[in-house]
Amino acid sequence: MSSPMEQLYQQLILEHAKTPHGKGLADGAAAESFQVNPTCGDEVRLRVHLAPAGADGTVIDKVSWEGQGCSISQASVSVMSELVTGNAVTTAEELGETFRALMGARGQGLDEASEDRLGDATAFTGVARYPARIKCALLGWSALRDALIQAGAATPTTTEQDQPATGTTHEENR
Amino acid sequence: MTAPLEPRATGSATLSAAELAAVRADFPLLARTVRGGRPLVYLDSGATSQKPDVVLDAEQDFYLQRNAAVHRGAHQLAEEATEAFEQARGEVAALVGADVGEIVWQTNATAALNVVAYAMSNATAGRGGAAARRFALAPGDEIAVTEAEHHANLVPWQELCARTGATLRWIGVDDDGRLRTDELTSVVTERTRVLAFTHASNVTGALTDVGAFVRRAREVGALTVLDACQSVPHVPVDLHALGVDFAAFSGHKMLGPTGVGALYGRRELLEAMPPVVTGGSMVEVVTMESTTFAPPPQRFEAGSQMVAQAVGMGAAARYLAELGMTAIAAHETDLARLLLDAVAAVPGVRVLGPTDTRDRLATVSFVVDGVHAHDVGQVLDDAGVAVRVGHHCAQPLHRRFGVASTSRASAALYTTAEEVEVFADALRRVRPFFGLTDTPTDAPTDAPTEGGTR
Repeated sequence: MSSPMEQLYQQLILEHAKTPHGKGLADGAAAESFQVNPTCGDEVRLRVHLAPAGADGTVIDKVSWEGQGCSISQASVSVMSELVTGNAVTTAEELGETFRALMGARGQGLDEASEDRLGDATAFTGVARYPARIKCALLGWSALRDALIQAGAATPTTTEQDQPATGTTHEENR
Repeated sequence: MTAPLEPRATGSATLSAAELAAVRADFPLLARTVRGGRPLVYLDSGATSQKPDVVLDAEQDFYLQRNAAVHRGAHQLAEEATEAFEQARGEVAALVGADVGEIVWQTNATAALNVVAYAMSNATAGRGGAAARRFALAPGDEIAVTEAEHHANLVPWQELCARTGATLRWIGVDDDGRLRTDELTSVVTERTRVLAFTHASNVTGALTDVGAFVRRAREVGALTVLDACQSVPHVPVDLHALGVDFAAFSGHKMLGPTGVGALYGRRELLEAMPPVVTGGSMVEVVTMESTTFAPPPQRFEAGSQMVAQAVGMGAAARYLAELGMTAIAAHETDLARLLLDAVAAVPGVRVLGPTDTRDRLATVSFVVDGVHAHDVGQVLDDAGVAVRVGHHCAQPLHRRFGVASTSRASAALYTTAEEVEVFADALRRVRPFFGLTDTPTDAPTDAPTEGGTR
């Protein structure tokens, strides 16, 4: 039985932190979001690139990003960019919701169907045991959601609409 | 402490093993375990200190025996509550070399610093009459700070400049984390009205040559504002001897409760300064048209005060004084040496701040090459070691060193050499845990991508 800390730092997370996917900003994005975790200074600038709408609606062609931060935040953006690439925006939004649910699960994980959908992102299950680290894992997902809203591909919730318009630089979890 | 110790006026005698054991027994929380039974190694006293029994008892005793509204009411309880409140003010004043009337209760040091900044704003708006004109600012005036400031002693001055048209300037930090005292003559000039600076950096642990700052401020007629949050709990502080005009420090960092801090102001300045927060308790005569204000310190203590916390802060000041700040400082200098040696012995770890123990606290911030501070903190936490990770509310100082965040081990009077060893062992495990070798060739992952634009 591995320790909670070893469950936190799954091998997959350490590998993604070392060799991140999608890193390096690309041109031709539909929108960009810059997110900061003010408590630790971690930041991510993420661009979402959209493909022409098909039968499933708008599809995410790719995600490109730049950022600096802890292994959890960097690996999470990396895993997310792999996961959502080629998926419809609606599917990516559902994945985001499921990942947020995983972060609220106190390390207990989710049902099998949800975990199947999340794939590699289930490696972050152990993060939910450490309340201070949940923000790290969510940083990239917040940037994706913000970029999709800015691109007009996703609809903000009521609370998001209530927030003042701060362009691409609004800070996460203030 | 079961029996008060004689204060040590001179010498560098550190705490004896017996004294240190007695001190630790006064802090019940230090005996607890964390993360599956590991003894707690608390190295986050720079963020907040733990509390001795005498502080908790003083607060509880106040509520159990003396609780009443202070400075009003003619009944016996009100008299006793007022006496406890004012006695605590006297104990805090005595610890820092101030007169009792020069200590104003505030909710924390941030509030205390804002009182000075907003009083100057009010003076600029004409409040306080002729006596307050010395605090008024105009475009062309300058406020000087340092690059090492905690945001609490930076942002209020930025905001004051924005409200008054004054200009903010700052003194830099050298590669060792020391303030660039040589820049005082160029940065602090005849235009400078306020020189606000920290007594000890909460990141580098470097102590400031306060004398040099005060001398330069006096040459040009600037007011001095000292952030003494990190110094008061760790070294002897005599505000009269230092000669500063204002100082701020918090209760919770000096073994006292949260929710209470102190503003020190030289008596003649407090008397001339207009109030900031107004309402009950800080007035003399109120008519429907206008109000006259109470003399200091009450002028700056509007509304119901944090009486029990103030009583607790008084008990904390007494506890520190009885143990003796000279002995505490000597003990912490020993700890600084141990912490610096521990960090230096681990490959791929570098310190932000002085690596000698001259004029420095046992507060050591460091970067582990190739590992983000959050991840460093997690591995240390797994060994029961509590450190702070992040920018420690000093983003400009971190930017000065080209990093976004650091890990910080900060000791206090109750920290032991054995605890530093546990910290050192855990720190040695960090880079291997993340698959890094002992030959640090990895570039730091920590360089900000947003060079100074945030």
